[in-house]
Amino acid sequence: MNARTRNFYLVPYLLWIALFVIAPIVLIVYYSLFNVEGQFTFGNYAKFFTPVYMQMTLSSFWYAFLITAFSLLVAYPAAYLLTKTKHKQLWLLLIILPSWINLLLKAYAFLGLFGTYGFVNSVLELVGIGTQQILFTDFSFVFVSVYIFIPFMILPIFNSLEELNPSLIYAARDLGASPWTTFRRVVFPLTLSGVKSGCQAVFIPALSLFMITRLIAGNRVITLGTAIEQHFLVTQDWGMGATIAVFLIIAMAVIMLLTGSRKRGLQDDSKKKAV
Amino acid sequence: MKQLVRLFAAVLIVSAGMMYLTAYLNSSQGYSSGNTLTIYNWGDYIDPELLKEFEQEQGMKVIYQTFDSNEAMMTKIEQGGTTFDVSIPSEYAISKMKEEGLLLPLDHSKLPNLQYIDPSFLDLSFDEGNKYSIPYFWGTVGIVFNPELTDLKFESWNELWDKSLRNQILLLDGAREVIGMGLNSLHYSLNDTEEAHLQEAKTKLSTLTPNVKAIVGDEIKMLLANEEAAVGLVWSGDAAEIMSENEKLDYVVPKEGSNLWFDNMVIPKTAKNIEGAHAFINFMLDPEHAAQNAEYVGYSTPNAKALEYLPADVAGDERFYPGKELTSKLEVYENLGKRMLSHYNELFLEFKMHRK
Repeated sequence: MNARTRNFYLVPYLLWIALFVIAPIVLIVYYSLFNVEGQFTFGNYAKFFTPVYMQMTLSSFWYAFLITAFSLLVAYPAAYLLTKTKHKQLWLLLIILPSWINLLLKAYAFLGLFGTYGFVNSVLELVGIGTQQILFTDFSFVFVSVYIFIPFMILPIFNSLEELNPSLIYAARDLGASPWTTFRRVVFPLTLSGVKSGCQAVFIPALSLFMITRLIAGNRVITLGTAIEQHFLVTQDWGMGATIAVFLIIAMAVIMLLTGSRKRGLQDDSKKKAV
Repeated sequence: MKQLVRLFAAVLIVSAGMMYLTAYLNSSQGYSSGNTLTIYNWGDYIDPELLKEFEQEQGMKVIYQTFDSNEAMMTKIEQGGTTFDVSIPSEYAISKMKEEGLLLPLDHSKLPNLQYIDPSFLDLSFDEGNKYSIPYFWGTVGIVFNPELTDLKFESWNELWDKSLRNQILLLDGAREVIGMGLNSLHYSLNDTEEAHLQEAKTKLSTLTPNVKAIVGDEIKMLLANEEAAVGLVWSGDAAEIMSENEKLDYVVPKEGSNLWFDNMVIPKTAKNIEGAHAFINFMLDPEHAAQNAEYVGYSTPNAKALEYLPADVAGDERFYPGKELTSKLEVYENLGKRMLSHYNELFLEFKMHRK
């Protein structure tokens, strides 16, 4: 294949990137420079640094962190056990299955489950604990988000555990390492790339969660995603919505850079420049 | 590669077949152009029997499509590519659509039944002289409460701040409604734009936070009917629906006043069958039809003559057809302009962020 045909094959890819990656980002930055009345201004950026939006940013990061941490806590052992089971693919399928159901439907199902007269509270009543407020609390918000994101955490960890050469574990055991040391020194470091991409796949969407904040948390949790939705759909203040989106994009880029492994990070950089 | 080409060819052939089939089905059902009328309305917001009757009377085919928010509807009409002949937006959406030139002026000579509408619902600030819109239903914003879970009667908005309601209130997710409630409780106008008054309302609202269980959207109907909370701030239309689901609940508009809202029939600029659209609006204005529709939907009709055809317990229900004393205190939302609206939303966002 000579250079010319190779360049030719690049065209659709470049067009795709330009139309669906570069152009939207440029548009978002462009919109962020106008106020509600359509005048050019940097005021939106100044507004972002007021206490209201700063507090919102902090709480977004805090909840995204909680969601990621709990997802990891559940997903790692689950993925580990999965690699040990007989019918791996079947179990994996069962874990992925819920992600085929529409998000809104799942959220509504939790409304029924967690309600004052819902299933969970009937069980609590039966056990003797009594009815608790579950819906519209931080707990229900983090719980439902973790439930929704968990397949995205399990898959990469499962894959990296699968790729792990078992002879390395045997070697560690042969050389006298305890199971815990084997895990800490051999298994975990070698599956770190899976953990990292799992965290990326959960943390980044969790930062901009909306809808669940209303349905499950009853707007008691306000994230940047909620604010963007409000500004675009209700206030029609596209400028402020776009400004928040710009900060989210920056935050995501920073997270990608920090969590990408150093060697791969360098390669990614050179690719970006080429584009 | 060959397989890929084959796959694409198959997909193309199937989709072409589908397109032909839809075109065929449409024409066989009489959905050709000329004798159809496309109505774009809220879901479950008209008696389907009336549509059938209209079709028979006018020899027209009605295509009925639905939307679930004013914003979605406006976006769809703005972008074109649709042929909606009649739509039924709320009053603030009408003033916005009017400004953006999305509406066609109405020919009142083709609407003789307009005479039956209660004059107090005509010539309002959002459409002076009813050049573009005709009232369809109206209502208020008030409180739905469960007498089994609370002893309060909610004659005043201030009763919402009562300590017994801790974690018992559901609010609807609307900036104007919630901030408006704060303003009303302080005896200010719903359309107040004075910064000091708005800040006062916001400070007052933040003391309501411990009582607020959640701020939700359409789910509020289901949650209140399931007795998830004792009290809810809702539109009267939703209240009627909630009360038909759970008969224990009651609705009240506090005495300080509240919002008066309208859903009005309009002809969007996308209309193809303007003649038919007028005929439909006039058909819906007929007192008997209006009464039949009001009975089916459960909202309040602005048609004065239609009240005579409604059962006495519906037409005399003070909760949905409030008396003169309260009506005089109801206010229509004025279009405050984008900047003020954005300020209202900012305040609402701050209220939401206020933690217990």
